[in-house]
Amino acid sequence: MKAGHSGEEMKFLLVAFLWTCWALPLARADDVAAGRAIAQDQYKGNCLACHRMPGDPSAVTLANLGPVLKDIRSRYPDRAELRRRVWDASTFNPDTIMPPYGRHRILTEQEIDAVVDYIRGL
Amino acid sequence: MMRLFEARFPGIPADDYVLGAFMLNDDAREHYEEIMSFPPFTVDIDRGRELWNTPLHDGKTYAQCLPNGGRMIAGNYPAYDPVAKRIVTFEMEINRCRVESGDAPYRYDDARTMGTLTAYARTLSDGMRMNIRVDGPEALAHYEAGRALYYRRIGQMNFSCANCHVDNAGKIMRMETISPAIGQATHFPVFRGGDKLYTLQARYTRCMKQVRAQPFPMGSETFNDLEYFHSYLSNGLPLKASVYRR
Ligand code: HEC
Ligand code: HEC
Repeated sequence: MKAGHSGEEMKFLLVAFLWTCWALPLARADDVAAGRAIAQDQYKGNCLACHRMPGDPSAVTLANLGPVLKDIRSRYPDRAELRRRVWDASTFNPDTIMPPYGRHRILTEQEIDAVVDYIRGL
Repeated sequence: MMRLFEARFPGIPADDYVLGAFMLNDDAREHYEEIMSFPPFTVDIDRGRELWNTPLHDGKTYAQCLPNGGRMIAGNYPAYDPVAKRIVTFEMEINRCRVESGDAPYRYDDARTMGTLTAYARTLSDGMRMNIRVDGPEALAHYEAGRALYYRRIGQMNFSCANCHVDNAGKIMRMETISPAIGQATHFPVFRGGDKLYTLQARYTRCMKQVRAQPFPMGSETFNDLEYFHSYLSNGLPLKASVYRR
C-alpha cells in the first residue's frame, strides 16, 4: 500500500518535472492558442465572421466576406506589415469592411500580437 | 441599386427579393417553404387576431379607425405627415387609434403587444405592393436623413448598413447569408428560429448591436426616417407579413 502511494507521488513528480521541461518551449504555443481563442471569439476578433482558415480544423465557418487566410507566413514574410493590417486594414484599403482592431481598440496590443502569431501559423 | 443586384444575382425575379437570403439558394428556399407550410408561430398570429378584434376603450375597433378598414394599407407606411411634419409608421397609426379611443399607446418595442398585434394586422395587407411616397422637400429631407444613416459607418466595428446589405449581399457572414437591402421591409414582423418575434425596428436594433453601435430607440424619429428610406427601397414588391427567418 505504502509503496503504491509513493509510486503515485513519484508519478506526480515525474509529470510535474516533465511539464516544467515542456512549459518553457511551449510558451509560444500558448500564445498561439490564445491567438486562436481571440480569433474565434465572437466578442473579440470574430475573424471567422469573414474569413475561412482551412489550416485550422477548429475554425468552423462558411464565411466568404474576406479572403481565405492561408499561407500567411510566406505571403507576409514581414510580420510588422501583417500586424499593421490587423491593426487598421483601412490604411491598405480605405473602403475595407475589415474592422480596425487596433485603431478602434477592439483588441488590445497584446491580443493583436497573439492573433498575428496565430494566423502566421495558418 | 436593383441593377447592381440583378447583375450579381442574374435570373432572380424582383418579386423573389421578399424572400431575403432564402432567394439565393434552392435548399434554403425549400427549407423556408416547408416551415411556412405549417408555421410554428400560428398561435402568435391568432393572438394578434384576438388583439385586433378586441374593441378599444370607446368600443371602436382598429378596423373602424384605420383607413380602408385596415386592409391593404401597410405598404403606404411609413408616410410623411405634412401636418404633424413627421414620418408616421404603421405602428404609430395603431397607437393613434388606441389613444383616440382612450387607450394607452403600446410600446413599439413590446413584442407581446405591438409586435403580436402587427404580426396579424400586417397580414391584412399581404399582396399589396410597397408604395412609399416621397413628395416635396420636407418628405425628401426625412428620406435623405434615413439614407444618410443607411450609408454611415457606425459602431466599434465601423460598418454601415449598406456595407453588408448592398456591398456584401449574397456573401456569407460566419454561417448566415446576407440578404439584399431590397425586399427586406416587405415581410415583417419575422419569427426568427420560428418562434422569436422581431419587428422591423427590432431587427435594425439587432444589426446595430452586431456592429457594436448604440442602437437608436425603437419608434424614435431616427429609426422612423431609416425605415422610410429602407421601405422605399422595396417599392413595387409584394408584401407578405409574418414569416419565418433563421
Ligand atoms: C467584417 C469582415 C472581416 C472581419 C471580421 C475580419 N476581416 Fe480580415 N479581411 C476582410 C476583408 C474584406 C479583407 C480583404 C482586404 C481588405 O478589404 O482589407 C481582409 C483581409 C485580411 C487579411 C489579408 C489577407 C490576404 O489574403 O492578404 C488578413 C491577414 C486578415 N484580413 C486578418 C484578419 C484577422 C486576423 C481578423 C480577426 C482579428 C480579421 N481579418 C477579421 C474582412 C474581415
Ligand atoms: C456586419 C453586417 C451587417 C450590418 C452592418 C447590418 N446588417 Fe442587417 N443583417 C445582417 C445579417 C447577417 C442578417 C441576417 C441574415 C439576413 O437575412 O440578411 C441581417 C438581417 C437584416 C434584416 C432582416 C432581413 C430579413 O429578410 O429578415 C434587416 C431588415 C436588416 N438586417 C437591416 C439592417 C440595417 C437597417 C442595418 C444598419 C443599421 C443593418 N442591417 C446592418 C448583417 C448586417
